[in-house]
Formats: sequence, C-alpha cells, structure tokens
Amino acid sequence: MPVLSLLIWLPIIAGVAVLLLQRVDGGRPSRWLANATAWLAFFIAAYVLCRFQSASAAMQFSERAMWIPYFGIEYSLGIDGLSVLFIGMNALITLLVIAAQKADSKGSYLAALLITSGLTYGAFSARDAVLFYIFFEAMLIPMYLAIGVFGGPQRKYATTKFFLYTLFGSLFMLLALFYLYGVSQTFSMQAWHHLPLSLYMQLILFGAFFMAFAVKTPMWPLHAWAPDAYVEAPTGAAIMLASTKIGAYGFLRLLLPIVPDAAQVLAPWMIALSLLAVIYFGFVALAQTDLKRLIAYSSVAHMGLVTLGFFLFNAVALKGAVLLMVSNALVVAALFFCADALKTRMGDCRLNDCGGIVNAMPWLATLLVFFAMANIGLPGTSGFVGEFLVILGAVGYQLGVGLLAATVVVVGAAYTLWMVRRLVFGPVTHPSVSALTDLGMRERLLLSVLAAAMLGFGLWPQVLLGMADASITQLLAHMALSKL
Amino acid sequence: MLALIPLLPLFAALFAGFFGRRVPRGWSHWVCCAAVGISFVLSAYALYKVVFLWPALGIQAEVVTLYTWLDLGSTKLTIGFLIDPLSALMMVVVTLVSFLVHVYTIGYMKDDPGYARFFSYIAFFTFSMLMLVMSDNFLQMFFGWEGVGLASYLLIGFWYTRPSATKAGMKAFLMNRVGDFGFIVGIGLLFAALGTLNFGEIFARVDELKGLEVSLWPGLEWSLLTVACIGLFVGAMGKSAQVPLHTWLPDSMEGPTPISALIHAATMVTAGIFMVARMSPVFEGSDAALSFMIIIGATTAISMALLGLVQNDIKRVVAYSTLSQLGYMTVALGASAYSAAIFHLMTHAFFKALLFLAAGSVIIALHHEQDLRKMGGLRHRMPITYWTALIGAWALVGLPPFSGFFSKEPIIEAARFAEVAGHTYAYWALTLGVFLTACYTFRMIFLAFHGEPRYGETSHGSHKSHKAHKAAHKEHHEQPKESPWVVTVPLIVLAVCSVFAGILFVQPVLFGDYFGAAIRGDYVAHPAMAVLHAEWRGIISYLLHAFLTPPLWLALAGIATAWYFTLVAPKAAGRLTHGLGAVFGVFKNHFYIDAFYERVMVRGTHSAASWFVRGGERFWSEGVLVQGTARLVHWGAQSLRYLQTGYLYHYAFAMVLGLLVLITLWGRN
Repeated sequence: MPVLSLLIWLPIIAGVAVLLLQRVDGGRPSRWLANATAWLAFFIAAYVLCRFQSASAAMQFSERAMWIPYFGIEYSLGIDGLSVLFIGMNALITLLVIAAQKADSKGSYLAALLITSGLTYGAFSARDAVLFYIFFEAMLIPMYLAIGVFGGPQRKYATTKFFLYTLFGSLFMLLALFYLYGVSQTFSMQAWHHLPLSLYMQLILFGAFFMAFAVKTPMWPLHAWAPDAYVEAPTGAAIMLASTKIGAYGFLRLLLPIVPDAAQVLAPWMIALSLLAVIYFGFVALAQTDLKRLIAYSSVAHMGLVTLGFFLFNAVALKGAVLLMVSNALVVAALFFCADALKTRMGDCRLNDCGGIVNAMPWLATLLVFFAMANIGLPGTSGFVGEFLVILGAVGYQLGVGLLAATVVVVGAAYTLWMVRRLVFGPVTHPSVSALTDLGMRERLLLSVLAAAMLGFGLWPQVLLGMADASITQLLAHMALSKL
Repeated sequence: MLALIPLLPLFAALFAGFFGRRVPRGWSHWVCCAAVGISFVLSAYALYKVVFLWPALGIQAEVVTLYTWLDLGSTKLTIGFLIDPLSALMMVVVTLVSFLVHVYTIGYMKDDPGYARFFSYIAFFTFSMLMLVMSDNFLQMFFGWEGVGLASYLLIGFWYTRPSATKAGMKAFLMNRVGDFGFIVGIGLLFAALGTLNFGEIFARVDELKGLEVSLWPGLEWSLLTVACIGLFVGAMGKSAQVPLHTWLPDSMEGPTPISALIHAATMVTAGIFMVARMSPVFEGSDAALSFMIIIGATTAISMALLGLVQNDIKRVVAYSTLSQLGYMTVALGASAYSAAIFHLMTHAFFKALLFLAAGSVIIALHHEQDLRKMGGLRHRMPITYWTALIGAWALVGLPPFSGFFSKEPIIEAARFAEVAGHTYAYWALTLGVFLTACYTFRMIFLAFHGEPRYGETSHGSHKSHKAHKAAHKEHHEQPKESPWVVTVPLIVLAVCSVFAGILFVQPVLFGDYFGAAIRGDYVAHPAMAVLHAEWRGIISYLLHAFLTPPLWLALAGIATAWYFTLVAPKAAGRLTHGLGAVFGVFKNHFYIDAFYERVMVRGTHSAASWFVRGGERFWSEGVLVQGTARLVHWGAQSLRYLQTGYLYHYAFAMVLGLLVLITLWGRN
C-alpha cells in the first residue's frame, strides 16, 4: 500500500473538497471533513511510526515511479530516521490545529491548513530533489493565503515579506539542483550524497542551499520575515509555520550530506551565526511586550541551538539538535495555543497590560507555567534533552563555544520567567482580566496532550532518538567522508 | 523498594495537586504526610542497612538502574540510584526534616486557600531532592537539581498576588540559573573528557583527567580538572547561595515559613555542598578549585554574619545565618574535609530548621508580625517555642555539647590545617565568624523572647497583606499564645536532634570510617582531615579541649555582647549604629550587591535588549535588509526603466552598437 502517497494526497484532496464544500450547510460538512481527515492522517502516520524499522538507516516505505523521464525526474518517496519524527510531529500538530478550530472558522482556512499539512508530508518524504523542491515551494502558497486572508492587521506587509524572502532563498536552491543534475544526470538526492565535488563547487552549492534553508529555519540575518509572519498569522497557520522544521530538515537532508567538505570549511562561520542567533534573539525576546512576538523570537533563538548542533560535527550535538527540533515544535505550538486562548478572550496579548491571569484562569496559568518550564529547558521536559546535548557537544568542541551556547540557560530563563511574571502572577491590574473565563474542556485537552508529550519525551527521550539514531549515525559517518 | 522512596512523595504531590481542591482539605495533608513518612522509614532502613548490614558483607555501595533515559551509542544515560553512606545519610536528613515540616505545615498554613497546592509543592520538592541525593549520575542529579529549583521558585512565589514574592521567586530561579550555567559547563567538560556522566565511571577514571588541558580560547590553556571543578562549584554557589550569587536567599523569605525551613535552610541550599562532597574524587585533583572554594566560603561566612547583625526581620536574621553557615560548609569542602562539611550540613539541617520553625511559631502567634523590634518578652507566653529556639541557638553558636559544636569546631580546625592557598584567611574569618554568629543569634533570641513585650504597639498598617489578615484583626488584642501541637511537636523533635546529633554521631561520621569509599580525600596532598584524625582523643577530651581554643570564648563573648546591647543598654546599640553610620549604611544595603545587580546587571541587560531591538531588529534587519533591499530594487527598476524608452530608433541604435561589439569580439578570436 502506498502509505506515504496516501499521507500526502489525502489532506490535499480533502483540502480541496473542504474548499468546495465551505458554503454548503453553513460550513458544517467542511469542518467535519477537515476533522475527519486530520484524524485519518494522524492514524496513518501512527501506523507509519509503528511499522518503522528503527534499527535500519535505509529508506523505508519507498515508492518509485518515473515522472518526467526526459530529465530523469521521479516521483520517489521514502522516509528514514531523519524524516520519520517530523512525519509524526506534522500529524500531531495538524490534528491539534484542526481540532482547535472553533465552529465559526472558515472552510477556506481549514483547506489551507490541510493542504499545507499534505505538502509538508511530501517535503519530508520526497527522495527526488525536484519533488522535494516542488513540495517545499508549494507550501508557500496555502500559507501565504492563510496569513494574507485570515491574518492580523499587518498581514499584507508580513505576507509579502514572508513570500519574497522564502522565494528568494529557494531560487538559489533551484539553481543548485540544476547544477547537480548537470553533473550527475539524476535528481536522486541519495545519488548526490556520493557525488564527488570540488571544494570550490561545494562552497558555491553550500551558499545556494544555505540561502534556502537559512531563510526557512530561520537563521540570523535572514530571519526578518519570521517574527512578523508568526505574529500576523492566525494561530493555526502560525503553529504550522513554526512547528514545521522543514528548513532545518533541509540542512540534514541536502546541505550536510551533499557538500560535507564545504560544511567543514565553513563550520566556524556557521557556529558563529548560530551562537549569534542564540544570544541575540534571546536578548531581543527579553525586550518584547507582545506575547506572540516573544514566542517567535524564543523559537528562533532555539533554532540557533539546532543549527549549532548541526555544525559541531559531533554525534551528541547532532542528536541533541534533532531532539531539540521536535521539542521546539511542541513548545512553540503549545505557547501559541496559550497566546491564542488569551487573545480570543482579551483581544490582545500585551504583556504589560494584563497581569495576574492566574486569578481568573488557573488552568491556563498552570499549563502556561509548565510550557514555560519546557521552553526554559527544565529537566524532565522535552526542552531539556536537546538543549543539554547540544551544550555538551559544544563544550566538547571548544570551551568558548560551549560557554556561549550555555548562556541560553540564563537568557532563556530570563525572558521566559519575566513573561510568566508579567502575565501570570501578580494582582489583577486590568479590569478585563478579572472577567476572563478559564480554558474550556477542548482547550484543556489540547494543551494537556502537548504537555503530556513534552513530559513523556522529557522523561524518556530514547523513544524519539531510537527511531532517528541509525540515520543520524549514518549521516555523521557520511559527513566525515571527504568528497573531494 | 528504593524507587518508592522518591516516588511516594511524587504520587502524593500529584494527588494533592490534581485532586486537592476536590477532596476535603484533610486528605491533602494526610496523603502527603503519610507518603513522606513512609519515605523516611524506608530511608532509615536504607541507612540501617548501610551502617549495620553492609560492613559484614563487605558492600560499599549499591547501584540500581531503573531505565535507560537516552542511549547515545558511546554511552548510555540512565536513571538510577546510588546508595552509599553519603546518600543514605542525606536521604534520612531530607525525609526527616521534610516530614516534620509537613506536619508543621498543617498548623502553619491552616487558613490558607492554597493549602492543597502548598502540600503538592513541598511533596514535589521532597521527590526532587531525593532524586538529587540518590542519583548515580550527573543527568539525574541535574534533574533533581532543577526540580528543587522549580519547587523553590513556585514556593517563594506561593502568594502570587504579592509582587515582591513573585519577584523574589524569579530572582531565585535566575540566580540559580547563573549557577547552572557553570554547572552545565562543568558537566560538559567532564563528559567531553571521559564520555560518561555516571559517577562510578567518572571516579574510576579520574586519573585520566590529570594532565589534560583545555583551551579557554585558542592559545590560553588551563587544566581541565580545574576548569571543570570551578564550573561545578559555580553551580554549587548558585544553589548553596555563596557570595556573590547569594542575594536570592534573603529575598526567598517572601515564601511561607515552612519552606524557608525546609528548602532555604535544611535541604535544598545544601545541595551544592552535597554535590561537591559527592564529587570529592574529582575536586581532590585541583588545588586551584579547592582554594577558590575556601576563599569564597570564608568570604560568605564572614560577610553574611556581619549582615545578620543588622537585620530586623526575624526570618532574615535566620536567613543570613544560613548563608553564613553555608559558607562554613564550603570552607570545609575547600579544606578537603568533606565529611566535616556533610556533618555540619546534617546538624545545621536540624538546628536551622528548628530556628526557622520556631520563628514561624512566633510569627503566627503575633499574627504575621516579623519585625524583631515589635516582639519581646515572649518566653513566658510561648515556653516550648522559647526553649526549643534557645536550644537551636546554642547549637548554632556551637556551645558544647550541642550538635553545632561538634560540627563547627572541626571545620575551623580543618581550615587551620589545610594547606591550600587562602586557608589562613579562612581560619581567621571563621573564628571571627563564631563571635558574630553568637551576636546575631542571641540578639534575635533576646529581642524576641526577653525584655519587655513590644507587640502591643503594632499598628494595623504593618500587617503584611496576607490571607490571615482578617483573623489577625479579630484576635488582635489577645495575648500571643503557644502554638498547637502540630507546630510544637516538630520543634521538640528537632530540638532533640539538635542536642544529640552531634555527640552521638561525631565519633563514627567524622572520625570513624562511616563514609568509607563514598568520600575520597587525598590525605597526603590535603592533610587537614588527617591531622584532625591524629589529634582526636575521644569525645570527653574534645569537649575539654574546647575550653582551650578561642571559638568557645568568642562565642560566649558574642552572647555577652548581644545581651549588653539588647537587654542591658539598648540605647548603646543606637549610639553605636549612629557612631558607625557609614559602616552600618553599607551593612544595611547588603554591601550594595543587590543595588549593583539591580542597577548594573538588570538594567544593563534591559538596555542591551532594547538596543538589540532598535539597532539589530528595526535598523539593521528591517531597515537595511528589508527596506533597503526593497529600495535598491525599486531604484534599480527606476533606472532600468529609462532604457525602455519605447522609441524605435533607440532600440535600433542599441542593436547596431551591440552587433558591432559582438563582431569585434568575434573577429579578434
């Protein structure tokens, strides 16, 4: 059974159907269909995760068909340990995002989310570079519409920036793909892993891939689109955008294995950029007064640790980076949900205006404090695992790098706790706070699922790493081989 | 069964946390007290095994692995327990004090709306603390380490509507995180060198670390052991509140008194001391780190004792005393007298918890009045509290034969005989510290319990905004009375411990072979403990010997001084403060360390943050990169537009010109 194709096309086709059904019967069938699809995709993904052979680093669930024979472009799918975690994460996030939609949400918005989700599955399971590129780029369109139509007041500016940045970055990648095809006469990414390339060429290709993935991750200084897009996007789209770690995944899938020598040469620069991101975004987060913007910067700061883990060429750090990607997806989703719960009630989430929500919303306060702890990286939560391993790896690489990376321990705690203090604790200062109603059953359930996942992965991260381990080890071994 | 010791409090915490508000109040305390009580019994059994059963069998330690947390290929990070004399002792101390504090809480918090929440937090704290002390690896220790930090954060900010409380909680967490920064780097260095986080493996291979160097920066090499040890110790400085990371501890007094006793005196703050003692084989390898510790410890001991003299809040006096005593323990660590540090940790846990709980008893009797100047004459009203507090004070000051004497005297001696740099400074600081300890302790005792009652003068405005506020009004003009049995029984138990813990255990723990291989000192390079061993002639002669050494006389002089300035001539104290105005100003402002953090560090961080936003985000990213690119493209398009004029002859001219250029180039080849 072509499971991966099912996983990709089911949400996309259902999304189109939702779009067509949105005016029927007040949109009820479309919402029902969206929910059913999200559940079905979730179960298919769960099936994939259960049947996944953790011990093997090989591609699994492979599907191959010739697509454009003239250029040797194939419709080729498959997942390995690097992608399987993100397949699962995408399924979970999609389900939560769709399930969180209220009864008044528009069918077209749900359709955009579903189509994005399907394309995300595609990007994570593509083995052919052109296929990957198409999924990678196509994700832009539904996201663009979701933000541009349903977003906040500054949505026009935010979407333009988001679209241009991402498109601009990926164009370089397209050129790199064409070049690699020219050299190898194939678009198979795995074949490219073994393609000998001169250092000079590798450096150029590195630049091209870097532009695409550093924009998407995002890394400093190509991040300017991200905070605006996260803030202006409606919650569901913001979560899909921030929790889909496709940019960082691109580093693992394309950049590191295809141009390992260039990566070695440029590693010090990448490490510097990553450290800069960790510290700079941490400080910027400290100065934020808007909850969503703070979450956005916090996420970007953590992505700095992820890219740091990529370029230390160290097993512990790389494993930590992958675990941190998963954890960050969960934490960001949870925090955005919390921000949404506040925003729908207060119409705003300015930190300085609304204090003491614990008095009115004890459930939200409890969960928010828990998520804050996961964001800080408290042991026992998923946030700790990746952060700890990346710092261990960084200290082993160079003490100075380790010291700078470890500042996240202090800075991350500073902006997160200060946010908690301003928002959660203290007496009620704003009259609208005392009128707040606590989380409803559905919201509690959603957030509890995320909290349980964070706690579970924090107490037993081996579940996650076990699945990815073989592929990460293979990637490391591959990165150590010179292609010159 | 070992797993039950930490897990029972965890289950109790979950029960009180999730169901506490739905079941009758009593259930929360019954479940939590029972869980911690059983933990105590099991811990006591573990200690019994360690002391009485193992020596016959020749067992040194027991390692139990629960599960593999993460398999990194090169090493497995596991969750498991290491039971040896060191952890068994800590488990008993932690569960005993915790149990007594649980019982005490029933009385202290009885009117608080957050009753179940409070029990949930302290039971969770007990769980984390047990995970910390029972750990057999750094990972789990760090889990417990941060878990107790979280509990401390939540409990300091327990009365969350008070801005000062939530601020103090955040401050505690952040300052601990500064320590954790060092701790995590230290762990990282050991991991980088040895590839494992397991204590047993690290100790077995510690010799491999000697001679290894680490470059702080390319070109600047330093001994890896020293850097790692200092990193770990920075973690201990955060948790055990050593100068200059100490300022969170006095502020933590914003929390309810039971947790000041449990967390901020008896157990959590000693985690740093425990960690260094646990890592004794590693610390022995670095004289520089030992020296660093002894200097930091001595500075903490003396400076915090000085600040204790000028506090008027009864809890803050005890808090500064805790800081000072933690300094004593740190000096012991620096002098390689690890067993002395742990012994003082144990006796201190008893008498300091006692003093805090006694202070709490006074505070509730006076309806949440904490100002010493508004107390006085309470000894007749609260005889049990008075006598137990007095016992605690004697123990703290170190009068023989109370427990503090047996634990503090060896530390001072160890500082004297240590050979690391800075030990002389430490010896004099600690000796002078004894005098100061006696001064501030008995100043507190005399002001609170002796003299004329001053509590009638309390004005309504001085009440803290507390839930018991209404109750306070109702009973305001009644005389203070002794606290109920749930409060006094823990006091009595702790008082008994404070009296006898020293005399009973000094022989085996300090001068016997209790710790065995759990604490490993290099007695050739760091001979302090060896000298003490050689001089030990039994308890009686140790007691008699005390009359020949300065600390006892200094302690008595301190008590006399306190007596003179508080009871005989209170006005003289005023004249003295007036005469030494500048010095007292410095003390009153805590050496301006808080002000420095507030004005320089916090504000500096905020200005840096806003500068990053303005310079980095708005100007550079948004202004230059986004808008600048947009303008560049716009300008480029504008310029290029002039090329598309729409006139045919322009295009024709361009074509001819281009053709000419091409032909020229082509023709040259």
